[in-house]
Amino acid sequence: MINALVNRLLLSVPVLIGVVIFGFLLIKMAPGDPAQIMAGPTATPEVVAQIRQQMGLDQPLLVQLGRYAERLVQGDLGRSLISNRPVVSELAAAVGPTVELMIASLIWAVPLGIGMGTIAAVRRGSWVDRTIMAISVAGVSLPIFFIALVLMQFLGVTLQILPFMGRGGPLWTVDGLRHIAIPALSLGLIFVGPVARMTRSSVLEVLRLDHVRTARAKGLTERRVILRHALRNALIPVVTLIGLQAGYLLGGAVVTETIFSYPGIGRLAVGAILSSDFPLAQGTILVLALGFILINMIVDMLYAILDPRAQKS
Amino acid sequence: MTQPLLSIENLVVEFGTPRHRFPAVNGIDLTLEKGRTLGLVGESGCGKSVTSLAVMRLVPQPPGHYAGGRIMFEGRDLLSLPEAEMRKLRGGRIGMVFQEPMTSLNPVYTLGVQLREMLQAHSDLSDRAARDRAIELLDMVGLPSPAKRIDDYPHQLSGGQRQRVMIAMALANDPVLLIADEPTTALDVTVQAQILELLQSLQERTGTAILLITHDLGVVAETCDEVAVMYGGKVVERAPTGALFADPQHPYTIGLMAAVPRLDAPADRLATIPGSVPPPWANRKGCRFASRCPLAIDVCRAEQPPLAAIGTDHSVACWRAPIEEIAA
Ligand SMILES: Nc1ncnc2c1ncn2[C@@H]1O[C@H](COP(=O)(O)OP(=O)(O)OP(=O)(O)O)[C@@H](O)[C@H]1O
Ligand SMILES: [Mg+2]
Repeated sequence: MINALVNRLLLSVPVLIGVVIFGFLLIKMAPGDPAQIMAGPTATPEVVAQIRQQMGLDQPLLVQLGRYAERLVQGDLGRSLISNRPVVSELAAAVGPTVELMIASLIWAVPLGIGMGTIAAVRRGSWVDRTIMAISVAGVSLPIFFIALVLMQFLGVTLQILPFMGRGGPLWTVDGLRHIAIPALSLGLIFVGPVARMTRSSVLEVLRLDHVRTARAKGLTERRVILRHALRNALIPVVTLIGLQAGYLLGGAVVTETIFSYPGIGRLAVGAILSSDFPLAQGTILVLALGFILINMIVDMLYAILDPRAQKS
Repeated sequence: MTQPLLSIENLVVEFGTPRHRFPAVNGIDLTLEKGRTLGLVGESGCGKSVTSLAVMRLVPQPPGHYAGGRIMFEGRDLLSLPEAEMRKLRGGRIGMVFQEPMTSLNPVYTLGVQLREMLQAHSDLSDRAARDRAIELLDMVGLPSPAKRIDDYPHQLSGGQRQRVMIAMALANDPVLLIADEPTTALDVTVQAQILELLQSLQERTGTAILLITHDLGVVAETCDEVAVMYGGKVVERAPTGALFADPQHPYTIGLMAAVPRLDAPADRLATIPGSVPPPWANRKGCRFASRCPLAIDVCRAEQPPLAAIGTDHSVACWRAPIEEIAA
C-alpha cells in the first residue's frame, strides 16, 4: 500500500514536469504582451521595453523556461499582473474554497447516485428502476451551466431561500453553507446520473456472480446480501469511474465558480485568462493539474482499499 | 423405517418467460436418509444443479419457476416455507458446496470474515468465539496453519484450498444435509481425490447426509450409498450403488458406465454415447433418450416410460427393461 503510493508519486513527477512546460508554452502562445499589460495602456515604448527586459522576456524561450522552473522550485510563481500580489498567495486563497465546493458537491451526490443505482438494480425492470434511470439520463444530458442557471433562478430568485453569489465563509459556518448550497447542488447534480448508472450496471453484474449465490446459501438476509456482497464489490468499478471523471469534476467546478462568482481556482483561472494575467494563469493551470493528479491518487488508494487483489506488492 | 430426511416428490422446475416455459427438472422423485450419501449423476445440462438449488430454494426467479411438486425436509415442504424460515435452513440445517470453487468465495473479504458471517448468521457467537470456531473449522478441513491463513483473501489460495474453505463454511453450523454440487469437477485429479476423501471422513465424524452431484460414475462408486441417474430433467434409474453397478438397467446408465474412463484406455469420456442431450425445450413426446438409444423401438418414441420398480429398491424408466444382455 505504501509502496503503491510512493510509486504513484514518482509516476506523477514526469506528468508534473510536462504540465509545467505545457502551461508555460501555452501562455507564451497566447495573444497579448505581458510587458505592455504591466506598463499600462499609456506607457511609452521605452518603458515597455524596459519592463520587458526586467522580466526577462527578451531572452530566448529556453532561458525563460529555465528561469521559470528555477523560481517554481523555490515556490515563487511571480506576481499577478493585475493585483500585483504574489501568485502563490492568490492561489492559496482560492484553493480552499474550491476544495470545499468539491467536497460539498460530492458528499451528497456520490452517495445519492450509489443509492439510486443500487435500488434500480435490485428493482430491475420495475417502474422504480425506469424512473431512476430516466432521471439519471436527464441529469447526464443537461449541461452544467443550464442546471446552475435553473437552480439559481428557482431557489435564488423566485423562492429567494438561498443566496447565489459569492462565498459566505468557511464550510462550517451557517453563512458558508448557505452560500455554497446552490453551487454544490449544481456541481453535484451532474455527478448523480453517471454514478447511478454505473452503480446500477455494476450491481447487476455482481448479483449474477457465484459468490452472491454463496452469500444467499449462507442464509443471510437479502439486505445483507445486497449491501455486503453485491454493492460492496460493485463499488470497485464505480470508484474507478469517479476517478475517470476527475477532469469532468474540475471542469464543472470552473463553470460553477464562474457562474456563481465563487472565489475558487476555477474563477481565478477564467479571470486570469480573460485579463491576460499570465503568471496567475500559469499558476492556476498548475494547481488544476495538481488537483487532477491528487484526485487520481485518492482514487487509486480507495481502489486498493476496496479490492484486496490490487494490493499485491 | 421413519420418514426420510429429504424427499423430493414430483419436482418440476421451469425456466423461461410465462409464455415460453420449458422444464429443466421434469417431475423427479428422490429420497435421502439421515447420514447417507445419495449420488445424482448425469451429463451436463440434465438438471442436476437446478435440482440442488431447488432444495435451497435458490433457483433464480425469474427466469426460474417452481412449477410443481414438493421438497419435504424434516417433515416440512421447503417450497411453501416462509422466506424467513427458509433462510434459517440455508447454511443452518442445510449446507451447500458449489461447483465453482474459484469464484464461490467473495474476493473482497478474508476467509475469517466469510466464515464468521456464516456462523453469526445462525448463532449469537461473539466475534472472538466465531473466529476461534472458524480456525477450528479450517483445521478440520485440512487447511495448513489455519490460524494464519484465516486472514488471507481467497485469491491467495489454490482452487483445492478454496474448496476446502467452502466445505468448512458449509459445515460450520453442523448441517444434517450437505449438498455438494460437483465439488471436485473444477479441480485437478489428485486434488479431486483429496476433497472426496475429506467429505467422506467428515461425514463419518458428523453424520451429515450428503447429496452428491456429479457427472462421474467413478466418484459415485467410491462415495455413494445410492444413486439416481438423471437424463433430460428426469430420473431414469435409481438403485443402491452396488445394485446399479452390478446390474445397470437403463441404456443411458449402461452407456455412462461404458464411458467411465479406465486407466488402460483413456478415451474421450462421452464418445461412447453417440449424440448429445436434447435441449429441454425440444419435443417432449416419448423417452428423452430415444434419439440416442441403441435399443429404441416405436413405443420409446411415442410414450414416456414411467419410473417402475424392477427389484427391491431398484427402479428404471425404460420400456425395454429388464435388459438381459449388456449392449455396450
Ligand atoms: N438461470 C437459468 N436460466 C435459464 N435456464 C437455466 C438456468 N439455469 C439452468 N437452466 C437450464 O436448466 C437446464 C439444467 O441446468 P443445470 O445447471 O441443472 O445442469 P447440470 O446438470 O447441473 O449441468 P452441469 O453438469 O453442466 O452442471 C439447462 O438446460 C439450462 O439451460
Ligand atoms: Mg451443474
